[in-house]
Amino acid sequence: MSKRTHISTTVNGDPVEFLSDPGVTLLDALRDELQLTGAKEGCGSGDCGACSVMLDGRLVCSCLVLAVEAEDRRIETIEGMAQGGELHPLQQKFLEHAALQCGFCTPGLLVASKALLDQNPDPTETEVRYWLAGNLCRCTGYDKIIRAVMDAAAELRQARRVA
Amino acid sequence: MLQLDYVAPTTADEAVRALGGGQAKVLAGGTDLLVQMRSGRVRPQRIVDLKRIPGLIGVREEAGGFVIGAATPGAVLGEHKALVKAWPGVVEAANLIGSTQVQGRASIAGNLCNASPAADSVPAIIAARAVAVVIGAKGRREVPVEAIAVAPGKTSLAPDEFVLEIRLPARPARAGDAYLRSIPRTEMDIAVVGAGVNLILNPDGGVAEAHVALGAVAPTALLVPEAGAAIIGSKLDEAALERLDAAARAACRPISDKRGTADYRIKIAGVLARRAAKIAYQRASEA
Repeated sequence: MSKRTHISTTVNGDPVEFLSDPGVTLLDALRDELQLTGAKEGCGSGDCGACSVMLDGRLVCSCLVLAVEAEDRRIETIEGMAQGGELHPLQQKFLEHAALQCGFCTPGLLVASKALLDQNPDPTETEVRYWLAGNLCRCTGYDKIIRAVMDAAAELRQARRVA
Repeated sequence: MLQLDYVAPTTADEAVRALGGGQAKVLAGGTDLLVQMRSGRVRPQRIVDLKRIPGLIGVREEAGGFVIGAATPGAVLGEHKALVKAWPGVVEAANLIGSTQVQGRASIAGNLCNASPAADSVPAIIAARAVAVVIGAKGRREVPVEAIAVAPGKTSLAPDEFVLEIRLPARPARAGDAYLRSIPRTEMDIAVVGAGVNLILNPDGGVAEAHVALGAVAPTALLVPEAGAAIIGSKLDEAALERLDAAARAACRPISDKRGTADYRIKIAGVLARRAAKIAYQRASEA
């Protein structure tokens, strides 16, 4: 057995500590050590985006990050998206537009979509489609997902104008 | 489960020492390494993570050129306005690799050292006349980037060496570059053919300097000096473009595989070289 390493990191704003073998991915550590099972393993090779998380403010596939790399880093997952029991507008719009069927790809799509809207509040449909090209959905097709993201972007812009 | 040791040195010398003793792999963005470890294609006993070494992530301007830290992800390149302005072809090639998620991690140096013949950023940095700064137990050396890959999946680096940074030369006035690739879809695919062109123009608009590189048409990405020479002095008139096309095709030694036949790749290499040259010329005219 390899020596387990002690990791201190921040997940969704909270300091967390866990033990990990050096070969374990961040995805497996989130799911198995921290019981944050929102991020999913679809392909394990960075092709499907179901394991998307933010690492120091950048969208990444957590299946392509080693858990030991997370030392002193800042991780944000789908579990941190709703605030105080209130859904993020993207989550609400995914429900309204029925932008999911089995839901396996949904956490990754939401994390990826939020990363886009945080840096580009007014994306074109083409920009949304390219941004989300690394998030695969095998149920609904993409139209409803794209419409939900565009609608959430419009609502967030409106909310910003009012605020 | 993988049985291995992970180290994250904070100096390049420490990293070199950690690489000694064999069976070690350097980790930058991990978008190739972790996939290869998972599939069992590589089984390192030690991973040496370069990202905690100062300067390994980031772009700095030096003597009019740019120094790109070996672990700098594509997304950081795309956000660097001065780099995009000076080397749009290099940045667009790097940004074609994988998804947004992959762009958050994958680096040009990693793309280079993975030594895939179809690597998107490699023809662009070869055409740019980039140099890799390599460090190892015997010290530092500077290597033209086209000399790093020697065969699919194989590099000229010694086991205790790694690429510290990629250096792009200073940019004169009237210079421009471009990279194009052919894939069957619009995103998330591997180049069937790639072409990078880097031009410097005379004040009268004639081509003073031209560098052409091709990807996915040989065991490694190719610098094609004959293709560059074919357009020197021209303003990319049809005759010059035809010479460029012919020289590009003549350099190809592709395989046929599920993504394209050898004949198709040869034909498309000429087409993409023409198109990339036109874009580079346009950019150089406006620079």
